[in-house]
Amino acid sequence: MKRFTELYFELDETTRTGEKVEAMARYFREAPRLDAAWAIFVLAGRKIGKAVSSRLLKKWAGEASGHPDWLVDQCHRVVGDLSETISLLVPTHADTDAPLLHEIIEDRVRALSRVTQESQREVVLKTWAQLDTDERLVFHKLLSGNFRVGVSKQLMIRALAEAAGVSTAVMAHRLAGNWMPDEGTMDRLFSPHDPAIASDPGTPYPFMLAHALHEDLPSLGAISDWLIEWKWDGIRAQMIRRAGHTMLWSRGDEMVSGAFPELVHAAMTLAEGTVLDGEIVAWNEETGRPEPFTRLQRRLNRQTVEQTFWPEVPVTFIAFDALEIDGTDVRDRPLIERRALLESSFTSTALLRKSTALEYADWEGISGIMADSRQRGVEGVMLKRVVAPYSPGRPTGAWWKLKVEPYTMDAVMIAAEPGRGRRAGLLTDYTFGVWDAGTLVPITKAYSGLTDAEIVEVDRFARRHTIARHGPVQTIEPLMVFEIGFEAIQSSPRHKSGIALRFPRILRVRKDKKPADADRLETMRALLSQVEAMR
Amino acid sequence: MPAQSLIIETDRGLYCPAGDFYIDAWKSVPRNIITHAHSDHARRGSGRYLAAKDGVRLLQHRMGREAVIDSVEYGQAIDLNGVQVSLHPAGHVLGSSQVRVESKGEIWVISGDYKREMDRTCRRFEVMRCHTFITECTFGLPIFRWMDGARVAEEINAWWRENQAIGRTSILLAYSLGKAQRVLAGLDAGIGPILLHGAVHAMTEAYRESGVELPAAEYASVENAKLHRGKAMVIAPPSAMNSTWARKFSPFSTGVASGWMQVRGFRRRRGADRGFVLSDHVDFPGLLETIEATGAAHIIATHGYTDALVHLMRDRGKQASALQTRFGGEEEEAEETAEMPDGEAVA
Repeated sequence: MKRFTELYFELDETTRTGEKVEAMARYFREAPRLDAAWAIFVLAGRKIGKAVSSRLLKKWAGEASGHPDWLVDQCHRVVGDLSETISLLVPTHADTDAPLLHEIIEDRVRALSRVTQESQREVVLKTWAQLDTDERLVFHKLLSGNFRVGVSKQLMIRALAEAAGVSTAVMAHRLAGNWMPDEGTMDRLFSPHDPAIASDPGTPYPFMLAHALHEDLPSLGAISDWLIEWKWDGIRAQMIRRAGHTMLWSRGDEMVSGAFPELVHAAMTLAEGTVLDGEIVAWNEETGRPEPFTRLQRRLNRQTVEQTFWPEVPVTFIAFDALEIDGTDVRDRPLIERRALLESSFTSTALLRKSTALEYADWEGISGIMADSRQRGVEGVMLKRVVAPYSPGRPTGAWWKLKVEPYTMDAVMIAAEPGRGRRAGLLTDYTFGVWDAGTLVPITKAYSGLTDAEIVEVDRFARRHTIARHGPVQTIEPLMVFEIGFEAIQSSPRHKSGIALRFPRILRVRKDKKPADADRLETMRALLSQVEAMR
Repeated sequence: MPAQSLIIETDRGLYCPAGDFYIDAWKSVPRNIITHAHSDHARRGSGRYLAAKDGVRLLQHRMGREAVIDSVEYGQAIDLNGVQVSLHPAGHVLGSSQVRVESKGEIWVISGDYKREMDRTCRRFEVMRCHTFITECTFGLPIFRWMDGARVAEEINAWWRENQAIGRTSILLAYSLGKAQRVLAGLDAGIGPILLHGAVHAMTEAYRESGVELPAAEYASVENAKLHRGKAMVIAPPSAMNSTWARKFSPFSTGVASGWMQVRGFRRRRGADRGFVLSDHVDFPGLLETIEATGAAHIIATHGYTDALVHLMRDRGKQASALQTRFGGEEEEAEETAEMPDGEAVA
């Protein structure tokens, strides 16, 4: 645990990519093998399950330290991170040797979900007593079931590939699919051999990803060098048909077969040794267009979906790339060849279709179709270089995504609360309101979009204009207007305004606008009906 | 606060009506007792100052030659209009004092800024029994618990060695009066050359002249920077962070020594490569312990998490209230200003 904690803080406290890679590679080479395997598992963003609620942890920390709840809460507000607050509050004992990382995860964190609350408490208190402040923080992060430390999976793979002496592509492949850390994990990952396809037939290929395009389209050169297709708003997934098995893997390395049984069924018609890359999209057969992503989300969180539930949210798999055909890995071939293989690999049905290429003679046409992307229910367009192979990660210049401009509104900041992590102690999470019959109704929260300097400025403003406090939430005098961007709007009985926005973020501070100039709720309602009518 | 209080709050600062003197006044007053030379406590423009002898040289440096400064030894009582006044070590920086005020059997102690830990560069805090204790609480939350200063010094030396091994200068940011000398005192001069930013250098000289022994260190001139780049430890005030001044030491790694470095969010926001938890203010356990040891029944909290301390003290059956002073920052801005004297202004 000591060694892994050092790694955690090294990663947490440097912004230099090179140092992060070096720190991880060193750890992977030197740590006990089972520790390294678990570290890889959690750094890859895999879940070890949430064992204890943070509410309980906080309660036990209060008891262990003898501090009243209000004082623990105040500390939490100052620190901005509950895991860290608790680690700072719990009494530190004389030096004892901390258990190893794999012992902490296997015998403590994972074991906790199987025992009574009283036993959980015992294990947590015992563990606290064996750890120092920094180690406790890492323990809490592991307990939270959501371990993050400012390292992308891609970067971890780079470090691991470096430590093992293989290419990142090979390492990415070895890490894909379903696996749990065990004594053999590091041997498998560090193997000098390079099996083209991992021994497990269920293993997906590492996904190829796109960069957002900020340059002008003509800078990409001749349009004929590019394959252009819609950017679907769904779940990126690989459909695998191998050795009699059929599987759907999402980009987050999660098996999603259970949530989409009809797609798995449809995939059984594929030839043996076929792997397709595509997007799972909620589909409206009547309009011939996709449904909003939120409809799809209803399906996602279910492991198995009862058959009666299917028609309510009909889905389809739109394939746009072929990675394996007739059992042969074709990722090295240019896109144009892979597309030809895709075209001939199956016959389109309602459940399994092919993404169509959009034909344009020049870039101007693309600007034109961007405008009605929204009406078509897509997020924008993808531009893919026809000669590019399928490479894992985000190779530069091969795939670009071009997203539609967001919807915007002007809203007034009406409340603020402190942020977490880097933004701890600063008011960074804001609630915005729009006008309805002379009062401001909360319409959305937004956290991102401001520069560090702007955050400090808004923080100062909010502190000077706080008119009430409710726990961590401060009511702010409605004086400051912000332009808010969002991707979608829909009705929501759960919100006071009756409206929910998707991906809201701050576009800019509107110092030129007075609160009275902010948008009205009726304007937002009108936008909602327009959007609904378009579907 | 009732009018007959021994010490009252005025728009110029803390005032003793019976003795007709102020303590750390922030405006011009005829007689001003100074707890220590940090700029939020020691302001120019008063008629006469009174301070502990240990810190007079520092204070004169800060206030200019014209300032009239009377000095007393720690523990030496003087009579101001029938009020007994004495100064006692606060352990914050060289010459820092608590002010003990006694009149008609009633005793008040004003803590000034203080810490309980051992610090070679100043006299250690002494507990004074009193009826009313006006205490700072900059770090008055239980998340603030200091580890032994000697261990922090080891961490700093280890960091210096690591940087040296990869050819990076170590730039340690610490307030030029007090923290910088405390850090300097803990450095292992055997590791390499130690260089001081101008502001730190001036204060360090004043420390040496006051009789504090410190490891040899040189002014961080352009020539010295060229000569010792990649090997040296440079102590500089926080304002040197991201400055053009720092570039002459490239490549370098930055560290910050402050109590706020206890919290990851503050640490990251400072943007330094390393944070060392080293404070000249009392930590939470030290604060509670000190309050108990004074035996005071009335606690007045100032400068920091005053609301929390008042709440805690009331829960413990003490009379408690908060005082609005202009020392340091208010709670919300504390992390930016609390430990930030303007040492940078000293050439």
